[in-house]
Amino acid sequence: MTQQATSLNRSLIRTAGAVVLASFFFGFAMVPLYRVVCEHVLGIKLSGEAANATGLVEDTSRVVSVQFVANVNSKLPWSFTPEQSSIEVHPGKLTEVWFDAANHSDAAIVGNAVPSVAPNSASLYFNKTECFCFTEQVLAAGESRRMPVRFFVDPKLPAQVRQLTLSYTFFANEAATERLADTGSARGAVN
Amino acid sequence: MAAVNPAIHQDTHDIHDHKPHGFLHRWLFTTNHKDIGTLYLVFSLAMFFVGGAFAMVIRAELFQPGMQLVQPEFFNEMTSMHGLVMIFGAIMPAFVGLANWMLPMMIGAPDMALPRMNNWSFWILPFAFLMLFSTMFMPGGGPQGGWTMYPPLALQGGMNVAFSIFSIHMMGISSIMGAINIIATILNMRAPGMDLLRMPVFVWSWLITAFLLIAVLPVLAGAVTMLLTDKYFGTSFFNAAGGGDPVMYQHIFWFFGHPEVYIMILPAFGIVSEVIPTFSRKPLFGYQAMVYALACIAFLSFIVWAHHMFTVGMPLGGNLFFMYGTMLIAIPTGVKIFNWVTTMWGGSLTFETPMLFACAFVILFSIGGFSGVSLALVPADFQYHDTFFVVAHFHYVLVTGAAFAIMAAVYYWLPKWSGHMYSEKWGKVHFWSSAISVNLLFFPQHFLGLAGMPRRIADYNVAFAEFNMISSIGGFWFGLTQIIFVGVIVHCVFFSRVRATGQVWEGSHGLEWTLPSPAPYHSFSEPPVITAGMLAHGDVSR
Repeated sequence: MTQQATSLNRSLIRTAGAVVLASFFFGFAMVPLYRVVCEHVLGIKLSGEAANATGLVEDTSRVVSVQFVANVNSKLPWSFTPEQSSIEVHPGKLTEVWFDAANHSDAAIVGNAVPSVAPNSASLYFNKTECFCFTEQVLAAGESRRMPVRFFVDPKLPAQVRQLTLSYTFFANEAATERLADTGSARGAVN
Repeated sequence: MAAVNPAIHQDTHDIHDHKPHGFLHRWLFTTNHKDIGTLYLVFSLAMFFVGGAFAMVIRAELFQPGMQLVQPEFFNEMTSMHGLVMIFGAIMPAFVGLANWMLPMMIGAPDMALPRMNNWSFWILPFAFLMLFSTMFMPGGGPQGGWTMYPPLALQGGMNVAFSIFSIHMMGISSIMGAINIIATILNMRAPGMDLLRMPVFVWSWLITAFLLIAVLPVLAGAVTMLLTDKYFGTSFFNAAGGGDPVMYQHIFWFFGHPEVYIMILPAFGIVSEVIPTFSRKPLFGYQAMVYALACIAFLSFIVWAHHMFTVGMPLGGNLFFMYGTMLIAIPTGVKIFNWVTTMWGGSLTFETPMLFACAFVILFSIGGFSGVSLALVPADFQYHDTFFVVAHFHYVLVTGAAFAIMAAVYYWLPKWSGHMYSEKWGKVHFWSSAISVNLLFFPQHFLGLAGMPRRIADYNVAFAEFNMISSIGGFWFGLTQIIFVGVIVHCVFFSRVRATGQVWEGSHGLEWTLPSPAPYHSFSEPPVITAGMLAHGDVSR
C-alpha cells in the first residue's frame, strides 16, 4: 500500500473513531435529553421537586376534580391507599390530602413512590409543595404511616381540563433496603 | 457488451496464488479479504442453522395449544436467542462477508483497506457467540427477556445478564470495526475512473450501511452498559424506584434499533440491484435515484424510532410525528421497488436461481412493506402491537427480504468464488421449496395477529390452533429446505465439474466479472484500467 493511502486510512480511522465515541456518549446524553424534551417540547413534567406556592391567587370561578390512585409494585409487600378517592378544588388553592402506607413484612423496607399525572398534558399545571414522593420512605416491620401531599392546581390550567388523576406507584428501593439492613440506618429517611 | 475484456478471462493457469500454508495460517491469521469473506459467510451459515434450530423449538411448541414440549422459561429463552442469533450472527455477518468478498473486486482494489483489523473483526465474533451460548448452560439459563432486553424484565435474569451484555459489546465492536474498514476501502481504494456515482449499487448500499453502523451501534453499547450498571452497580437509569424511567430504555434502544433494521435491509437492496439488471440484460433503471433513495431511507431511519413503542403513552404530537415520519419511508422504498420492476420491464429475462430469489424478494419484501405501513398507523398499531402481526411483518422483511437477498447473492457470486457452476436444478428446487414454505410459515401469522394472538408466549387460545399448525408445518418445511442450500453449496465448491467463465452470466457487468473464475487469491494488485463498457453504471468513454 502506498504511503498516501496509509495516511488517508489513518485519518479516516481517526474520524470514524471520533464518530463512534461521539455516538456512544450520545447514548448517555439521551438520559438528560429525554427529560428536557419531555418538559420543554412535549409539556410533560417529570421532575419531583417541590413547587413554590407564594403569591397564589385562588380562582373560585372554576372547580377541578382531582382523583387519587395508589398502587404498589408487586415486589413490595406493602399496602398503600389514598384516604380520599377524589376531591374538588379551585385552581390556585393549596390543598392537603393524606395517603396511608403499611409494611406487612417482618423486615424494614425502603420504598420510593413515583408520581404520575393524567392527562399528561396537564402535568405541567399540577404542583406539589410537599410530597412523600420527594424522598425515600422507610417503614419498619409492621409499621404503618399517614403521609401528606400538599398541592395546588395552576390557575393557568387549560379550560377544557376538568378532571385530573394523581397516581402513585410505590417501588421497593432494593439498594437502599440492603444498605439499611447492613448499617441499621437509611440515608435520606424522612423522619 | 458481453466478453468485454476477453484477454483477462483466459490465463487461470498462470496465476500463482501464494496462499499461506497450513490450516491455522490460512484461516486464523489471514488478512486476505476473500478468506475473511469466506469465514464470515461460513460462520453466518452455521448461525443461520443454530438460530433456525431455536425457531424450530418455538414452532414445535406452538404446533398445538397447551404446553407440550418445553417449559415456558425455555420457550422465552428460545425466542430471545433466536432473535439475537439471527440478527447479530446470521444476517449481519453474511452481509459483511459478502462485502469482504465483493467490495474490493467491484471497485478494483487489491484488498480491504485495513486487512489486520479485518481479521480481528471476524475473529471476535465466534468468541462473542460462544459467550452468548454459554449462558444457556448457566444456572437460570440464557436471556429470556427478548432480544430487545427491555428492563425491568431483562434485568431479572441471573448470570446471563452480564454475559449476554458483554457478548453484545463484542458483537458491536466487531461490526464497528468491519464498518470502518468498509468505509475506508470504499473511500480510499477505488481504482482510477471508479467515481462515487459509477460505483455498483451494492457498494453504495454498503457505504451507507457502514455509516449507519458506526452511528448507532455505539448507542446500543451505551444502552446495554446502562443495563449493566443498573443491575450490578446500583445506578437507576431505568429503575423507577431510583428515579429512572424504563420507557427511556425503549427510546435509547430503538434509536439504535430502527437504523439497525435498515442495516439489515440496505445491503439486500444493493444485492437485488445487482442481480436484476444482470438477468434482465438491461442496465439498472434510475441508478442515481436508487442511490439517493438509499441515502434518504438511511436519513429517515434516524427519526422514526418511536413507532416501535406507540403504546407507551406518548403525547399525541409525538405519535403523529413518528407516524408521518414512518409513512414517509414508503416513498424512497417505493422508488426502489418501481425501479426494479422497470429494470425488468422490456428486458430479455431469464430466471436462473439468483433471479428467482431476487424476484421473490421484490414481491415478498413489498408484502412486508405493506404490513409495515399498516403498523405505522397509530390507531391500527394499538391493535397490532405485540401480536403475531408484528412477527409476520418483520419476518417478511427479514427472511423473504434480507435472507432471500443473501441467498440470491450466494447463487449469483458462487461461480465467481468457486470457479464452478452450482446445480441449477437443485438451486431451483431450493428456491421453490423455500418460497412456498416461507409463505406457509409466515402468512397465517398475519391472521393470528389480527385475531389478537400475542407474540413471545408459549401457549395460546385454542381459537388460534389451525393457523398455528399450518405455520409450524411451513416452519419445519422451510427449515429442512435449507439443507438443500448447504448441499448445493458443498456440491458446487467441492464436486462440481462445470467450469464457470470469467463473466459467469451472459448479462453481468462490472469489474468483478472481468476477473477469471475462481477469482485469484490476489486480484487487482495493479489498479485495473477501466475502459468503455466495463462498468455497469456510468460511461468512462469520455
